[in-house]
Amino acid sequence: MIEVSHLSKTFGAFRALNDVSLRIPDGKLVALLGPSGSGKTTLLRILAGLDHADSGHVHLNGLNAANLQTRDRRVGFVFQHYALFRHMSVAENVAFGLKVRKGANKLTKAEIADRVARLLDLVHLSGLAPRYPSQLSGGQRQRVALARALAVEPRLLLLDEPFGALDAQVRKDLRRWLRQLHDDMGLTSVFVTHDQEEALELADEVVVMSKGRIEQIGSPADIYDNPASPFVFQFLGNANRLDATIRDGIAHVAHWRTAATGLADGKGIAFIRPHEIDIDPHGRDATIRHHVVLGPTVRLDLRLDGDVHAEAVIDRDSHARLRLEPGQQVGLTARRIVVFAQD
Amino acid sequence: MNRDPLLIRWLLIALAIGFLLLFLALPLAAVLTEALRKGVLAYWHSLGGDDTLASIRLTLIVAAIAVPLNMVFGLTASWAIAKFDFAGKAWLVSLIDLPFSVSPVISGLIYVLLFGAQGILGPWLIAHDLKIIFAIPGIVLATLFVTFPFVARELIPLMEEQGRDEEEAALTLGAGGFRTFWAVTLPNVKWGLLYGVLLCNARAMGEFGAVSVVSGHIRGLTNTMPLHVEILYNEYDFVGAFAVASLLALLALVTLVAKTALAWWHRAELGATAGH
Repeated sequence: MIEVSHLSKTFGAFRALNDVSLRIPDGKLVALLGPSGSGKTTLLRILAGLDHADSGHVHLNGLNAANLQTRDRRVGFVFQHYALFRHMSVAENVAFGLKVRKGANKLTKAEIADRVARLLDLVHLSGLAPRYPSQLSGGQRQRVALARALAVEPRLLLLDEPFGALDAQVRKDLRRWLRQLHDDMGLTSVFVTHDQEEALELADEVVVMSKGRIEQIGSPADIYDNPASPFVFQFLGNANRLDATIRDGIAHVAHWRTAATGLADGKGIAFIRPHEIDIDPHGRDATIRHHVVLGPTVRLDLRLDGDVHAEAVIDRDSHARLRLEPGQQVGLTARRIVVFAQD
Repeated sequence: MNRDPLLIRWLLIALAIGFLLLFLALPLAAVLTEALRKGVLAYWHSLGGDDTLASIRLTLIVAAIAVPLNMVFGLTASWAIAKFDFAGKAWLVSLIDLPFSVSPVISGLIYVLLFGAQGILGPWLIAHDLKIIFAIPGIVLATLFVTFPFVARELIPLMEEQGRDEEEAALTLGAGGFRTFWAVTLPNVKWGLLYGVLLCNARAMGEFGAVSVVSGHIRGLTNTMPLHVEILYNEYDFVGAFAVASLLALLALVTLVAKTALAWWHRAELGATAGH
């Protein structure tokens, strides 16, 4: 169990973390999700002891981390650019954490070699033990970095943008594999990402961060379905952002009306996801300006009354069936509209 | 690509080669001809003179003290500057560059003002029977000062380019600070370090100005090779002067070849700093 309470950190005039509190239960795979500059990497580095907070506390399994050096925290850290030791072979990289052990925990050479062989087997790199980092592909380096971090049997695995520098296919495979590894080894893991898809697919729990604050914590389904703020809504996937006027508990958004219970009269912001808009070829709510085929779906760029722009995404079959053409007028039904008060 | 007319290209190349011949090859040839003017025997004989041997010995001693010390100073300074953040870092960097911007004669003079008989610490040194100026310690100090930037200047950009990730990785894997330095930082800069040491050594053996001020030119005692060349030359012992000079020129050539070889074989590890 990791407990973070009221953590703040500034770099010069920049507030990287602003009163952040968080609990990470054992065995969970948690994503810290946010744009760059949101403080997610700073939080990760503070957990590892590589940075120190200006105020607030971190407790690792009940122990105050302030009294623990990085090397005593038993934390596995996978760096964004892997930080492999460039002058050491793959096997030497993985063995490093075992070789530096002292005292009663010291392992014999045979024990180290045995453990390294098993770890390389685990990350499917057995044949590459004598290679050097510069001779590996991005995905292979990533797995060496992971094997090296796992060698010290960490209680907590921290990963900084673990898939950031990889191409799409490798990224997908590694994601699935990491999830499997996390479950098989019974780890507690925290990874940083700016990719909402990655966070939603991989994590048990997603922590959305912005400007040094936590915006929302919840399961992937929960934060996708019930975003707590305009920021979270926009950050988790595409959304049409429209102006709304709230009067007597009703929000007026373009030609739609929707309940806005609990919101004060005045201006508001409404969000509609593009795939939650239905198209009626006989209506006259909007004009199709443009359509773009994106694999199995089609994106329609629409102009609503008052020169408001919106996007709708429908599947290819419906698009063909409805015979939609640019310039045509269509009716729009929004299956879900989420309204926030203007901040 | 290259659209200069052929004639201009050849002219520029000829100019560059002509310049090199005039200012590098010709003097080198002159040194060797003058040294061997009276034959190989005279050359060997003049190199075997007691004072000459003493000056060679002294130069080697000074370099043997100054170079390792500056290697350690340069390594620790660049390690601190590249891997840590602290107040006054920019100031420290410009301080390291100071010996490059100060005339060596001035730096020698400062040691005289500090440690000389009329200097600030002079009376105390005399009272304790310590000799620094006009003695080996003064020569070592002056050489240390003048050659201080070579290793640090080589390593700071290299270490900064390599970043701190690998050191941080070592820390998370359980290594202490000392272990991290030995096992991660040092191997990553070993060729850069050797490169810096090579340049440092060449300058330590060839330094004239600063050493000239503090040495006192006592034959057989405080004359380094460059100072000895001057004395022999002033005494019209041309063969002797050029014989010693030929050794210094040889040192320069060996350094140049070693430096080029290092830069060629390890240009990846030397990073952005190689080849200047």
